[in-house]
Amino acid sequence: MLKIDHERCTKCKLCIRNCPFGALSMVDDLLQVNELCTLCGACINVCRFDALSIERKKASKEELAKFRDVFIWIELDEMGETIQPKKVALELLGKGRQLADALGEQLVAVVLCGEKCLDLNKLGQFGADKVILCQHPLLGQYSTDGFTHAMCAIISAKKPAVVLYGATPHGRDFAPRVAARLKLGLTADCTGLEIDAERQLVQTRPAFGGNIMASIITPYNRPQTATVRPNVFPVPQAGQDQAVKVEIFDLVLNRSAIRTRVVEKSVMADGNATRIEDARVIVSGGRGCQKAANLDILRSVAGQLGGVLGGSRAIVEQGWIPHTIQVGQSGTTVGPELYIAAGISGAIQHVVGMSSSKTIIAVNKDPEAPIFKIADLSVVGDAVEIMQKLHELLAAHSHI
Amino acid sequence: MKIVVCVKQVPEVTNVQVDPVTGTLIREGVQSILNPFCEYALDHAVRMAKQLENAHVVAISMGPPQAKDVLLRCLELGADEGILVTDRQFAGADTWATSYTLAQAIRLAVPDYDLILVGKQAIDGDTAQVGPEIAEILSLPQITYGTQIGLSPSGRQVRVTREVEQGYEVVEAAMPALVSFSKGEMVRRAPSFRDVLQAREKPLRMLSAAALNIPEEELGLKGSFTQVVKVFPPPEKKTGRLLQDLEAEEAAQAIFDYLIERRFIE
Repeated sequence: MLKIDHERCTKCKLCIRNCPFGALSMVDDLLQVNELCTLCGACINVCRFDALSIERKKASKEELAKFRDVFIWIELDEMGETIQPKKVALELLGKGRQLADALGEQLVAVVLCGEKCLDLNKLGQFGADKVILCQHPLLGQYSTDGFTHAMCAIISAKKPAVVLYGATPHGRDFAPRVAARLKLGLTADCTGLEIDAERQLVQTRPAFGGNIMASIITPYNRPQTATVRPNVFPVPQAGQDQAVKVEIFDLVLNRSAIRTRVVEKSVMADGNATRIEDARVIVSGGRGCQKAANLDILRSVAGQLGGVLGGSRAIVEQGWIPHTIQVGQSGTTVGPELYIAAGISGAIQHVVGMSSSKTIIAVNKDPEAPIFKIADLSVVGDAVEIMQKLHELLAAHSHI
Repeated sequence: MKIVVCVKQVPEVTNVQVDPVTGTLIREGVQSILNPFCEYALDHAVRMAKQLENAHVVAISMGPPQAKDVLLRCLELGADEGILVTDRQFAGADTWATSYTLAQAIRLAVPDYDLILVGKQAIDGDTAQVGPEIAEILSLPQITYGTQIGLSPSGRQVRVTREVEQGYEVVEAAMPALVSFSKGEMVRRAPSFRDVLQAREKPLRMLSAAALNIPEEELGLKGSFTQVVKVFPPPEKKTGRLLQDLEAEEAAQAIFDYLIERRFIE
C-alpha cells in the first residue's frame, strides 16, 4: 500500500509527474493513488517532504527460514568427447558464492545429465560446496518436460532459498515452467543480484528496453528464482583441485512424461571458428554495411584480429547472417575484450547485448548514432570504406 | 481446428525517453503497437488456418481498454475473433498473474482449442515467461523459439522448426500444445482495404475479472509473486573519444593506432 501523509504533502505534484504508471493524481485538492500503482517507489524517490511511504505485507520469517542455500543449475555443453559446464554456469557459481557467503549458507551446484557426465570436482574448483547429481538416461538430451520434472523434484525435496539459471535458450525454456508449477517468483535477465538486510534476494534488471532499471524482490515465495544472461558476471578464479561433496538425487521419470520429440537437427555453418559468446574479439555489422557481400570485409578484419563476425538483428532479418551470430536482446549477449561495431546504429536492443564488452570501437555515418554513447572510440564515417582500409593496414602490418 | 493467439500491446520502446533530471520515464507521445513477436505468432496462425478447412483463429489479449486497438489489428491481419480480457483488478500483474489470468480466459472462452501460439517475448518486459507459464498452467507441451510451423503427416501432431544455439531443430508434439515464435513468415501481406472493413464486422468482446471466476487475491498486483521495489536510471555510460571529418584512410589509421595502443595487435 502506498501511504500518503496529507499533513506533509505540499501538493507540489512532483510525484504525479514522475510516476511511470500514471497512478497518482489530485482529486478534490488531495493527492490520491489508484490501482495502477505497482509500489515501484519512484514517487518516494522524488518527494522532498517525506509525505509518501510504502507498507508491505510481511511474510512469516519462520516459514521463509526453512529454505536455505543457493542452488545453481549447471548447464552442460558437449564438446566433442567431453562434457563441460557452460561458461555462464561458472559465472553464476562466482555470483552464487557471494550470495551464499552473504547468507552464511551453502552454494550447491545442480547437475542434470544422462549417462555421460562431467568431472564434478571442477564445480568445487569454481566455488560449489556441494553438487546434487541427478543422472537419468532421459536427461541425456534436453527436454522441457524432463528438465522441469527433475528441477521441481529437487527443489521440493531440498528447499533452497535461491535458484539461479543461465538465461540461455534452455534456461529460458524451462525456468518459467518450474516457477509456474511450484508457484515461485522468477525474474528474467538479471544484471544485478544482492542480499539485502532482510536476507532477501534483490534482483535488478533493465526494463522498457533498457531505458530504466528495476529492482525486484519475491517476498512471500521460496525459492527465489532468477535467470541471468551470459557475460554479465565474471568467471571466478579457479581454486584448488580437490574432491567436492556429491549427493546423488534419484529421479523417477517415464518416457511418457516427455511430450516433445526432436525429429531433425541441423548445425548451421556461420563461418566462425569459435562461438560468439566465447569469442575474445567480435567485429559486428549492421544495416550500415549496406549489403551482405560487404560482410566479407568484416569477416577478414575479424580473422586478422583473432576474432569472429557478429551482427545486429536488422541484418539477421535481411538474411545476411544466421541467427546464431546475432548480438542483442533477442539474440546472444556477448562480453568480449574487443567489440567493433561497423554500421550499427546502437538501438538499445542491440546495446544490451554487448554493453559489457571491455573495449568498444564504433564506426557509423551518423554523428548522432546512439552507439557512440557507449563506445570508447567513436569514428564518424562510412563503415565499409573504413573497414576496408583497416583491413589493408592490418594486412600490411602482418607482413612486416 | 481452433488456434488461440495471445497478443500484447506494448509501448514502442526504441523511442522511450528518460527524463534526465528525475530519471523516470517520459510517457507522453509514446506510441503503442502490437508486439512484433506476437504479430509473428498471429501470421503463423492465419497462414495455418488458410491451409485447413474449418480453422478458426482467436486473438486474445490482457490489457487496459486501449489494447482493443491491437486486437482490431489482429482482425485486420486475419484473425476471426478477438477477446480483450480487461479489468482494473489486473493492473500491476507480474508474469505469473498475467499467465494465470490468460490461461483462465482461454479455458472459459475457447475451451476446445488445439493450439496456443504466442510471441517469444514482449519488447517491454522481455521476460519470455508468459508463454511457458501458460503452458504449465494448462498442462500443455511447449515448443519455444519457433520459426516455422506445420502439422505432421497424421495431422495429430504439430511440427515446429525452432532456433537452437548452433542452428535449427525440428520438434514434434501432440496437440493441444503451445508454441512461441521468434521469427515470422518470410513473405507478409499487408491488410487490404477490404480486410480492414471486414475486421470491423468480426466479433470483438471484452471479459472482466468477474467473468473469469478468479478470486481477487490471485489478480493483478495482489496475485503477483514478484514486486518492484525500486526504479532508477541505468548507470551513466563512459564517454570515449569521438573522431569526425576524417578521410577513410585517416579514420582507419586512427583505429589501427588505437588497436596498437590497447595491445590488440602487436
